[in-house]
Amino acid sequence: MNKEIWIPRLLTAVSIAFVLLMLVLPLVVVLAEAFRSGLEVFLRAATDIYTLKALRLTLTATAAAVLLNTLFGLTAAWAVTRFSFRGKGVLSTLIDIPFAVSPVIAGLVFILVFGRISPLHPFLEAHNIKVVFAEPGIILATVFVTFPFVARELIPTLEARGTDEEQAAALMGAGFFTIFRKITFPHIRWALLYSVILCAARAMGEFGAVSVVSGHLRGKTNTLPLHVEILYSEYQFTAAFAVSAVLVAAAVLILTARNIVEHIAHKEDDLNVR
Amino acid sequence: MKRHSAKRIIPGFGISLGLTTSFVSMVVLIPMVFLAVKATGAGLSGFLQALVDPRILAGYRVSFLCSLAAAGINCVFGLILAWVLTRYKFPGRRIVDGLIELPFALPTAVAGIALTALCSDKGWIGGIFASFGIKIAYTGTGIVIALTFITLPFIVRTIQPVLEQLDRTYEEAGRMLGASKERIFLKVILPELTPAILTGFGLAFARALGEYGSVVFIAGNMPFKTEIAPLLIMSKLEQFNYSEAASIALVMLAVSFTVMFGINCVQSRAASYSKG
Repeated sequence: MNKEIWIPRLLTAVSIAFVLLMLVLPLVVVLAEAFRSGLEVFLRAATDIYTLKALRLTLTATAAAVLLNTLFGLTAAWAVTRFSFRGKGVLSTLIDIPFAVSPVIAGLVFILVFGRISPLHPFLEAHNIKVVFAEPGIILATVFVTFPFVARELIPTLEARGTDEEQAAALMGAGFFTIFRKITFPHIRWALLYSVILCAARAMGEFGAVSVVSGHLRGKTNTLPLHVEILYSEYQFTAAFAVSAVLVAAAVLILTARNIVEHIAHKEDDLNVR
Repeated sequence: MKRHSAKRIIPGFGISLGLTTSFVSMVVLIPMVFLAVKATGAGLSGFLQALVDPRILAGYRVSFLCSLAAAGINCVFGLILAWVLTRYKFPGRRIVDGLIELPFALPTAVAGIALTALCSDKGWIGGIFASFGIKIAYTGTGIVIALTFITLPFIVRTIQPVLEQLDRTYEEAGRMLGASKERIFLKVILPELTPAILTGFGLAFARALGEYGSVVFIAGNMPFKTEIAPLLIMSKLEQFNYSEAASIALVMLAVSFTVMFGINCVQSRAASYSKG
């Protein structure tokens, strides 16, 4: 009988210890290191001109990734779940590829497409278009890495609902936008919001892919994670951890938003069932 | 084609498929073709040469073993966490549940320097081990820790929904028939969870194999010892050795696609099994 009590207690203790050790402690270390030399040093590093420039690029790339991938996710989910056509399986697989690709490979791929050795290079050179080692490359790499996020969240949600309601509406003469706004969107809005949050989180933190295409031009093609790396490799540890603390704050905010969205969506589901 | 379009009552087929295909072509398909062309451009011999280079082979070995270890560790702790989060009520459960996604949300570079600071000989954890003469940061152990951090959510979040939807009447039947708790877990619950565990393991392994940001800080990057395959791609690129970089990338892609294919097989088998 004793076992009934101590096994749950032991497992719970193991879980809490693991989470504290693996997930919470790293966050505490970041904050401790960031504020080690006092608030003033932290503020100086966090508002340094290079940090602000990196912040601007991170925000631009994140916004671009979220916008493009939301648009893509909606069209892809509509095409894949509302219609049947030949080659659907291939298309679904292609959408998933960025999940299976190492970020470093994602960066490499764009170097091959737009870099010095690419067949497109003479054309880009002639028109003075810079992609690799410039902002467009950073944005492209970020879009690639977060490409499937929205589509992958929406496709199962729409799949589960079936197409009956949309078909009925279409037969009664509703146009595309009416159907989407009145029928489809209300079902997917929480999934959409949820996936947008995850997409933003991943885009903000992307390192490998961006690192390959950035060329590390400080102040020009630096995102916040890259800035952290540069500061760290220059042995400016406090500054590196100060910038990290800003990113930790963003991550915690995103996590909180995610949990709130999930909570509301669950509540609404329960109401619908009743 | 005509036969199909007659059936399509819902509007927006042409435009949604057109947009999707062009997005996919621009972002995924064309870049992948460039990679394949570059990797095989130097001929088969050039491609094979990049494969048998001892330093590159060592890189594959480090990546492979460390990813395997991290995915394995997470299978154990991920299963315990998923179990505790779905079956037990305890104060702070929602916070623990919310924290699971942290590795998704935290930039990998931040995770990398945080774990390095923690595990280096002067760090809070590394210091304890260093006094026993054990080094964590800048060894394979460090790589495994970083990869465990990164891949934890994959396993917890694939097992958790399955556990939540598990029909508990079978467990009750088992208990009524006098089976012990261990026996119920091993014979009733675990078989139901196996596809999810395998899927989570595969996802975690594939992600760990390609991980770069969190590992480079803690690994120390010693050739033949703690140099991972993605880092090799990076250094080949810095030497402008594009074809070797592409060759390494192609091999890694082949491995991840195999893993993804395996996951799909497991999932479709599980789906057909549960349908009867």
